[in-house]
Amino acid sequence: MSHPEQIIPHGHVLRYNLRERLTHWVAAASYIYLLLTGLAFWSPWLFWVAVILGGAPVSRMLHPWAGLIFFGSVWYMYMMWAPQMHHNDLDRQWWGAVRYYSTNQDDKMPPAGRYNAGQKFLFWGFFWATVALLVTGVILWFPESIPWNLRFLRYLSVLIHPIAALFTIGLFMIHLYMGVFAERGAFGSVIRGDVSIAFAKRYHPGWYKEIVGESSAPRK
Amino acid sequence: MSQATLRVQKISGHAGSVPGEGTQREFTVCKLVDTTTCIGCKACEVACMEWNDLPFGETVFGNTYQTMPETRWNYWNLILFNEHVREEDGTLMWLMRKNQCMHCAEPGCLAACPADGAIVQYTNGIVDFQQANCIGCGYCITGCPFDIPKLNKETKRVFKCTLCTDRVSEGLEPACIKSCPTGCLHFGSKDDMLELAGRRAKQLRDHSNFPNAGVYDPQGVGGTGVIYVLHDATRPELYGGLPKDPHVPWTVKLWKGPLKWLGNVAMIGGLIGLFVHYLRYGPKAREEADIIPGGPKS
Repeated sequence: MSHPEQIIPHGHVLRYNLRERLTHWVAAASYIYLLLTGLAFWSPWLFWVAVILGGAPVSRMLHPWAGLIFFGSVWYMYMMWAPQMHHNDLDRQWWGAVRYYSTNQDDKMPPAGRYNAGQKFLFWGFFWATVALLVTGVILWFPESIPWNLRFLRYLSVLIHPIAALFTIGLFMIHLYMGVFAERGAFGSVIRGDVSIAFAKRYHPGWYKEIVGESSAPRK
Repeated sequence: MSQATLRVQKISGHAGSVPGEGTQREFTVCKLVDTTTCIGCKACEVACMEWNDLPFGETVFGNTYQTMPETRWNYWNLILFNEHVREEDGTLMWLMRKNQCMHCAEPGCLAACPADGAIVQYTNGIVDFQQANCIGCGYCITGCPFDIPKLNKETKRVFKCTLCTDRVSEGLEPACIKSCPTGCLHFGSKDDMLELAGRRAKQLRDHSNFPNAGVYDPQGVGGTGVIYVLHDATRPELYGGLPKDPHVPWTVKLWKGPLKWLGNVAMIGGLIGLFVHYLRYGPKAREEADIIPGGPKS
């Protein structure tokens, strides 16, 4: 089964359609706002960030709403991508060879599909962390409404919310590093939507074969 | 909040030095509440509202003297009633406790607060909220083991007893103390109040058949600026749910202590690590054109 509609003239392949790109940037914009205001509440040394963003009371008021938008976009990604994110045997091989990936010896990597194992980890990491951030975030949104005998919910939330956030910050830094600095062509793919055939063959050979119909493997 | 000119020794959410930290030793002020001579007249509640110019809130009627279940953002001082039957002889005791901010030496509200200067502790021990700096996050509600800070949902600011900072800074006693008709409320230095409370507790043990009488000054929060004389200090919960061994929640301590350091080291370490990785290995391919299909590397 090939996908000739994804082949674009001049040696390019469609990697992300408009719906995927838009979702990515809604998530990115809301996440960056959440990151900046969240860090302002995290450390007194960064409290000035909230002041720049319109004052800390405004940040406190908007942070939960931005969180809802972020959760919505992550949930939409889940609907779009979850079937493509299943961990398979190839991914286990990929993790086994991750030292080659991190030292730019991509020729020694097992052939990745549309998403390699690292990208799948990013997806599930962000998904579950966002679920945890939503649940604890709602409690932190209305702490005055939590009854006194359920105060352990608040106690847990003030701990789990920053832990989950720190975990996403780690994922976010690696994501940004890979997408902007390490893999030339990746950033353009989430702006214009396409990558060069060379890029596709080099980083996602399984996916490329699928598109041109060289493999009958199901699209996962 | 008040306009009092008191020296500050602790500031919430504050990066950098604190002006009053260790510059001067002042005696710590303290309120002593003798629950054994309180008659529940609520004069202190009225005095608090009058002095602090708080609007009157609606009361509830539940067939008891408890006309309000708990303190509110605009009701900082509330007497909690409990009809207690003594196990020893089956007699009824009416336990009444004036509830308000305890002015902890190590305040959980201040530790949890992320807003610079929204909560301060003066060198005389008073913990005071500065609503102008409050961001309405409610972390202080989570940090407090006594359920004292209350949010005004309209203004998104948190309020509580100021220990009449404005009066105290002028050498006056708090309004509640001044109004008490039985003299069950005392105000002075912490040392003097502890001494007075200890004498009263001894009197109750020796002469009034309250062998468990004692002073409530919980050390889990470093001691408090409000101390109680209780008929039965082994069961403070009887007095409107006074916690037996209050602590700042361990999750708050973990979050504001080790997790903060660990998180900061991890974030800065991560940034440095990625930067060094780029210097060492650079991009996976220098230009898109370098990725030659069918070339040696693909």
